[in-house]
Amino acid sequence: MKTLWRHWTSPRFRVPRAVLVRLGTSLLVLWGAVTVAFAALHLTPGSVEQALVGPNTITPQARAELVTEYGLDEPLPVQYGRLVGRMARGDLGESYQLHQPVAEALGSQLGPSLQLAGAAMALAVAASLTLALLTAGRGRLVRGLSSGIELVGVSIPTFWTAIVLLTVLSFQRGWFPAAGADGVTALVLPAVAVAVPLTALLTQLLRDSLELALDEPFVLTARARGLSDLAVRLRHALRHALLPALTLAGWMFGALVGALVVVEEIFARPGLGRLVLTAVEGKDLPVVMGAVLVTAALYVAVNIVLDLLYLVVDPRLRGAR
Amino acid sequence: MTAAVTAGAVRARRAPARPGLWAAALFLGLVVLAALAPGLFTDGSAVDGDPAAALTPPGADHVFGTDANGRDVFTRIVHGARPSLLVGLGATALAVAGGTVLGLVAALGGRWLDELVMRLVDVVLSLPSLLLALVVLVVAGPGTLNSVCAVGVAAVPVYARLVRVRAMVVRGSGYVEAATALGLPRAVVVVRHVLPNVLAPLLVLATIEVGTALVAVASLGFLGFGPQPPAPEWGAMLAAGRDYTAVAWWVAVFPGLAITLTVLSITVVGRALRRRGEGRDV
Repeated sequence: MKTLWRHWTSPRFRVPRAVLVRLGTSLLVLWGAVTVAFAALHLTPGSVEQALVGPNTITPQARAELVTEYGLDEPLPVQYGRLVGRMARGDLGESYQLHQPVAEALGSQLGPSLQLAGAAMALAVAASLTLALLTAGRGRLVRGLSSGIELVGVSIPTFWTAIVLLTVLSFQRGWFPAAGADGVTALVLPAVAVAVPLTALLTQLLRDSLELALDEPFVLTARARGLSDLAVRLRHALRHALLPALTLAGWMFGALVGALVVVEEIFARPGLGRLVLTAVEGKDLPVVMGAVLVTAALYVAVNIVLDLLYLVVDPRLRGAR
Repeated sequence: MTAAVTAGAVRARRAPARPGLWAAALFLGLVVLAALAPGLFTDGSAVDGDPAAALTPPGADHVFGTDANGRDVFTRIVHGARPSLLVGLGATALAVAGGTVLGLVAALGGRWLDELVMRLVDVVLSLPSLLLALVVLVVAGPGTLNSVCAVGVAAVPVYARLVRVRAMVVRGSGYVEAATALGLPRAVVVVRHVLPNVLAPLLVLATIEVGTALVAVASLGFLGFGPQPPAPEWGAMLAAGRDYTAVAWWVAVFPGLAITLTVLSITVVGRALRRRGEGRDV
């Protein structure tokens, strides 16, 4: 036991330990999400039956059969135990309304959503890197202007950006399709709408940390060696500015999911967001819960990747601690 | 003499004119005024319309045009200031209250409670707040009050963290120790000595977050789960106008503009407050 503990705390074991701890916490997060959803579902008596029945009228006998079929007459701890058992085996259950397994429903909508999320992220990262590299440490006018634009970008609600884009560029100019997910042109406006707040916040953070990095002595050294301004920014300052930007990723993930729900609805794109909205309307809790679990799992995955990215960006973190 | 001149010059350089801040404060003032006394800006009705004048474009009679029921969009925006602000303030107040209680319990309630509360906060923080709000709405059903609660609940963890950290700092300070040494009951120490010193940064954060909450509730309204259409709430107006974007852009665009400008002003003013709180010059 003691040797095990020594191995566990030894510096050599640092990265695997971090990953294991992260996985442990993540399981806790997932279990928490299941529990919260279960509690929510059973807080209002009869809500499960109501959701199953939907707007249909139903005979008392059929209702009783339904209750037995879904095990709703069993004590809550038993139902809870069964639910956690199912989830642990990766079985998300069956949708009340779509009459298909939740995993199947989510899986069929995951593609378009990931596409949109990926396009928006790529756009946001490319745009904010360019903007931050160009504007960091410049004169007051440039900085004032860009921070003003960033402020607007952060404050502007996504649904409004989407509606204005749709009105001007689809309905009035006709440059882009107003709905659907066919081809690249249909991806442009939704991706821009999702990317605006992300870009604004990321640019702000990147520029602040770039400016801090540009004040460091090593930048002076690099300039003294005759490196061009762009080379100094790209090769020396950027790496230092990236670390704080990575900490924003957790927030960005949440913002991305929220924006996806809204934007998919406005542009009538297929995807997880619309699936969730339909499920919320129909009180289809297994689907909502499945979506919550998938999001939590994705969040966990994003964080593990981030932990590893820190090590890539900052070699100092690789050493013993 | 020289010293005084230099000090004056430094002060002048450090505090440049901030036209943006003044514009934001002015706009916010107008919105608050509209919320308190909508009659100052318009004498029309926000609910009754003239069906014959439905979907009139912006012009001399109707500055922002009319909606599908022939109601003046400008009048509705003015009357929408009150419910919209109330919704943002309500959600934030709920989040601040919940976060303060949780944060104080975590900081002062012993190690086990601390672990329990903070793990719970981690779980909630790892879920996107819009998704969380939607889960609350599945159970509670749509509606103004429910969407305010949903947004408020989803924002609790942020405040819980902040309060916990601040309370831990304050806990170790001399005046708390002195109050305890004087034999004051624990609850009195917490309420009279810890809480006031935790509140200042909390309220600054809350100012900025009123804007976020306003957008969150408006998003829910827009998706059809918040305040329902007849109400002149900005999010609901936007949702109702959405169906006409192809033929009448003004019905959705102007309420959205009202939300955007309000949130922008709140952010600008809030950040200025925060900089002051941090001891930096505005």
